[in-house]
Amino acid sequence: MTGYKETVRIKDLVTGYHSGKCDITVTDNINASLFSGELTCLLGPNGAGKSTLLKTLIGFVPPLRGEIIMESRPLATYSDQELAKVVGVVLTERLSVNNMTVEDLVSMGRSPYTGFWGRTDSHDQKIIDEAFSLVRIENLRHRMVQTLSDGERQKVMIAKSLAQETPIIFLDEPTAFLDYPSKVEIMRLLQTLAREKGKTIFLSTHDLELALQIADKIWLLDKEHGVTIGIPEDLSVNGDIGRYFKCEGVLFDIESGLFKINHPTNRRVALSGETPYTNIVRKALARHGISASENSRSDIEIRACAKGYYIGDACFRSVEDLLEALREH
Amino acid sequence: MSHTKTTILMALLGMSIMVFIILNLLLGSVKIPVDAIFNILMGSTEESRIWTNIIIKSRLPQSLTAAMAGAGLGVSGLLMQTVFRNPLAGPSVLGISSGASLGVAFVVLLSGSIGGVALSKLGVIGEVTITLSAIAGSLLIMALIAFVAQKVRGNVTLLIMGVMIGYIANAIIGVLKFFSAEEDIRAYVIWGLGSFSRVSGGQTTVFIILMLLLLPTSFFLIKTLNLLLLGDSYAKNLGLNIKKARLAVIACSGILVAVVTAYCGPVVFLGLAVPHICRGLFHTSNHAVVLPASLLGGASLALLCNLIARMPGFEGALPVNSVTALVGAPVVMWVLFNKRKKEL
Repeated sequence: MTGYKETVRIKDLVTGYHSGKCDITVTDNINASLFSGELTCLLGPNGAGKSTLLKTLIGFVPPLRGEIIMESRPLATYSDQELAKVVGVVLTERLSVNNMTVEDLVSMGRSPYTGFWGRTDSHDQKIIDEAFSLVRIENLRHRMVQTLSDGERQKVMIAKSLAQETPIIFLDEPTAFLDYPSKVEIMRLLQTLAREKGKTIFLSTHDLELALQIADKIWLLDKEHGVTIGIPEDLSVNGDIGRYFKCEGVLFDIESGLFKINHPTNRRVALSGETPYTNIVRKALARHGISASENSRSDIEIRACAKGYYIGDACFRSVEDLLEALREH
Repeated sequence: MSHTKTTILMALLGMSIMVFIILNLLLGSVKIPVDAIFNILMGSTEESRIWTNIIIKSRLPQSLTAAMAGAGLGVSGLLMQTVFRNPLAGPSVLGISSGASLGVAFVVLLSGSIGGVALSKLGVIGEVTITLSAIAGSLLIMALIAFVAQKVRGNVTLLIMGVMIGYIANAIIGVLKFFSAEEDIRAYVIWGLGSFSRVSGGQTTVFIILMLLLLPTSFFLIKTLNLLLLGDSYAKNLGLNIKKARLAVIACSGILVAVVTAYCGPVVFLGLAVPHICRGLFHTSNHAVVLPASLLGGASLALLCNLIARMPGFEGALPVNSVTALVGAPVVMWVLFNKRKKEL
C-alpha cells in the first residue's frame, strides 16, 4: 500500500434537516478528513448526530451548509450512478427481502458496473468471488438471506460493498446487535480491509472500548463540543474521552483504556499477596464498597495468593467465601 | 434453484398456456371436433361457416384476450408488490383500476342522464367510448399518483395515498349511480364484473397489439426492480435514482392495468395472486426469473379461469371475477402455508 491519502474532506459542514421554513441544525461546523488505509470510528452519545452526519456523508441527506469533497470532487456534483462507484454503505436497517440467495445479494454490489440488464460477466464474477473470500463467507453462498444471523448478515453486506469496489466504505453501527466475539470479528475484518486493501473505512459505533483498541482515528461527536479528532491514545491522555462520556459513577481508566464503574467506598482494608490474585480481590471488594490497597491502615489484613485467600490465619478457598467472611466482620 | 430446473419450469408454464388455449378453443356450448378446429386455424374454408365463426370470431379472440390480460395483470401486480415492498399490493391497490371505473362510470352513467342516449345501446361506438374513458380515467389517477410519488418519501405513505384516491373514486361513482337511469347502472355493473369476451372483432386485435408492445417494456425494468428489493437506501447507494425508478415502475404497471381494465373490466385477484405463485414456484425474488414467470403464469391462470367460466353448464354466464377469486385465493393460501412450513 502506498501511503495514506486524503479521500474525504469535510469543510465547515453543518448537518441537519429542513423543517418547513426553518433549518434544524444537528451538528455544527465540522472540519475533518478521512484517509485511505485507515479505520475511523465515530463515537458519541445517543442523539449527538452520528446518524445524520453519516447520512450526510453518504449523500442521503443534503448538508445545510459547508462542503464535502470526496476523492477530490465535491459530493454535490456526483450523480447517484457515479457516487455508487466511490462510496459503499452498510446500514443498520434490516433487509426486508426474502427468497434471495447470498450470492445474488453480493452480486448486486456489481450493479453500478453492470449493463442495462444487470448481468454479471466473468470479470464481475472474479470480484464477487474475491469479496466472498475476503470476508470468509464462502459457506453462506447458497443460503437465503432471511435465514442469516445478524452477524452473518453484516458480513454479507460488507461483502456487497467490497463487490462494489468503492475506495470508501461507510458503516452505520455495524456491530450493533452482535455478541462480543462477532463484534470483534467484524472490527478486525474492517481493520484488515483498511490495511490490506487501502480502503477508507468510517463507521459509527457505541462499542467504545472496542473502538479504542482497533480504530486508527476516533471522531468524538458531541452537541456541545462539536467534533474532536485524534488517535485513541491521544484522546485518552488529554481527557477528551473521559469528558465526552462523563457520567455519574463511571471513570475512564487511562492506563487500560477501559471504562470502570466508580463504586463509592465506605470501608478500607489492607491487601497484600501475589498478582493476579490481589487484583481479582481488589475488584470484588470494590464492587462491595470496600477499597483495598497495600499500605492502607486497617485492622483487617487480607492476603491473596495461589493457595487461597487469608484474613489473618483464616483461609478461604474462593473469593465468594472471603466476601462472606468480610460481611460478618 | 438450479438453472436447469428454472428453465424446465418456465418451459412447463409456456406449455400450459398452449394447452389451455387449445382447451379454450375445444370446449364450449357448441361441440367442434379437433380436426375441424385445426383446419379452421390453418385457414381452410371447407369447414362449416358456423364453426368458423365460433372459432375465429369468438373462441380465439377470447382466448388471446384472456392470455394477454392475464400476462399484463401478473406483471403489473409483481411491479406493484416490488415497488411498494408490500405483499398485498396489486393492480387495484393504487386506485388505478378505480380510476378506470370512474372513467367508465362517467360516460356510461352520465350519457343517459345528460346526452339523452343510453351508451349501452350504441354498439361499437359505445365500446370504443368505454375503452377510451377507462384509459383516460386510469391515466388521470396514475398521473396523480406519480405526482404524489415525487412529493412523499415513504412507500407506505404513497400506498395509503393510493388507497385513499381509490376510495374517493369509488365515492364519486356512488354519487354518479345515484343520479343515473337504471339501465345505465346495469350496463356499468356488467362492465364491472369483468369479461374476456366483452370486446369484439377489430378491438381485440388492437388490444393484443397494445399488450404485445407494452409487456416487453416491463423487461427493461428488471435491474431496477432487483435493486428496489434491497430498500431505498441500499438501492440509492448502488446508483439507482429512486424517484425516477419509482416513477418508471408505477407508470409501466399503471399503463398495463389501464389497458387491461379498459378492455376487460376490472379483473380482480390475478395481479395479486400470480406473483406470489411464481415466487413460490421458483423460490427466488430475482426479477430476471419472476418477471417472465409472472407473465407466463398470469396468461396461464387467466386462460384456466376463462375455461372454468365457460365450463358446460355455466355457458359463459359465470363472471370472470368470481372464477379468478375462487381459483386464485386458495392457491395463494397454499403457497403461503407451504412457505411458512419451509421457514420454520
